[in-house]
Amino acid sequence: MSSLIATHWNYLVVVALMLIGLYIVMSRQNLVKKLIGLAIFQTALFLLYISLGRISGGTAPIIDATKDYTYSNPLPHVLILTAIVVGVATTALGLALILRINDAFGTIEEDEILAAKDADRKAHGGDE
Amino acid sequence: MSIVMINIFLVTMMVVIAVMVLRTRRLFAAIVMTGAYSLISAAMFVNLDAVDVAFTEAAVGAGISTVLLLAAMARLPAEEKPFKRNQIGPIIIVAIVGILLVTAVTALPPFGAPDAPVHTHVGPRYLAESYSKLHIPNAVTTVLASYRGFDTLGETIVIFAAGLGVVLLLAGHTKTASAPKTPVSKQPVVASTKKTAKKKAKKSAKKSSAKKQHVKAKKGGAS
Repeated sequence: MSSLIATHWNYLVVVALMLIGLYIVMSRQNLVKKLIGLAIFQTALFLLYISLGRISGGTAPIIDATKDYTYSNPLPHVLILTAIVVGVATTALGLALILRINDAFGTIEEDEILAAKDADRKAHGGDE
Repeated sequence: MSIVMINIFLVTMMVVIAVMVLRTRRLFAAIVMTGAYSLISAAMFVNLDAVDVAFTEAAVGAGISTVLLLAAMARLPAEEKPFKRNQIGPIIIVAIVGILLVTAVTALPPFGAPDAPVHTHVGPRYLAESYSKLHIPNAVTTVLASYRGFDTLGETIVIFAAGLGVVLLLAGHTKTASAPKTPVSKQPVVASTKKTAKKKAKKSAKKSSAKKQHVKAKKGGAS
């Protein structure tokens, strides 16, 4: 067990960070807080990929043809570069949605929004 | 060995910050802590040999994300409301996901193993031939722009769609208001790559529409 921690500690910490992020997303009512939880989950995921790409004794994959270095795997780096930028796009879109929700309902707490929607539905059902 | 110690210190700080974000109810504090979390993860990426990822994370993840969140907070309540709700559901789901993830993660090859399956597929080919074929020293650049160029094209489409979505969502109710454009000088200095430039455009669009909203509110109050 302790040897497993010695060889996989990085991945285990990533799992812990992911779980904290997931718990924030699921347990908190505030929409901005949910978005922050998503960002925490996402960054933990980046760390997982970059950890996978690492080779011990390696260096950054910037090629020096004159010397014989070990380089870390560049492929996870490329995938995560894409993911970081897409992640910010997601955050921006989520924030825009939250701003519109705040305009429409006057609150960004999920339970209050759901209660307002329920009340709205009941009121309209009564009219028809 | 010292690098391992630094890594352990950094990930400990990341876990502490994540727990603090979980516990705080002040959203401004949570946002700034998320920025710090991103920045520490960028330092972690440097230690893990991913320098390109590190500066993108520092500029985009820690910089632009934080600015976007803070800009949105100008129009949102600053404090999370206290709530009394049964947390047993989320805890059970998180526990199940945690067990599954730990099982999966411990089945991975040891951290840093050079013979892991990740390193025996296309990675070695990229490293071996990218410099001799394309004469760009940075293998990440080569893979991003050449070998996986269509990925990057797809990424720009995603960003375009998201930017369009933001503009459409926020432009709907600012048609009547006229406001001065947000001065560019107010924006934070970040690495001016193509991506960040696009982000800046989107952010300024967002900022200006936020400003317009304020102006509109003021006008409404005056009349």
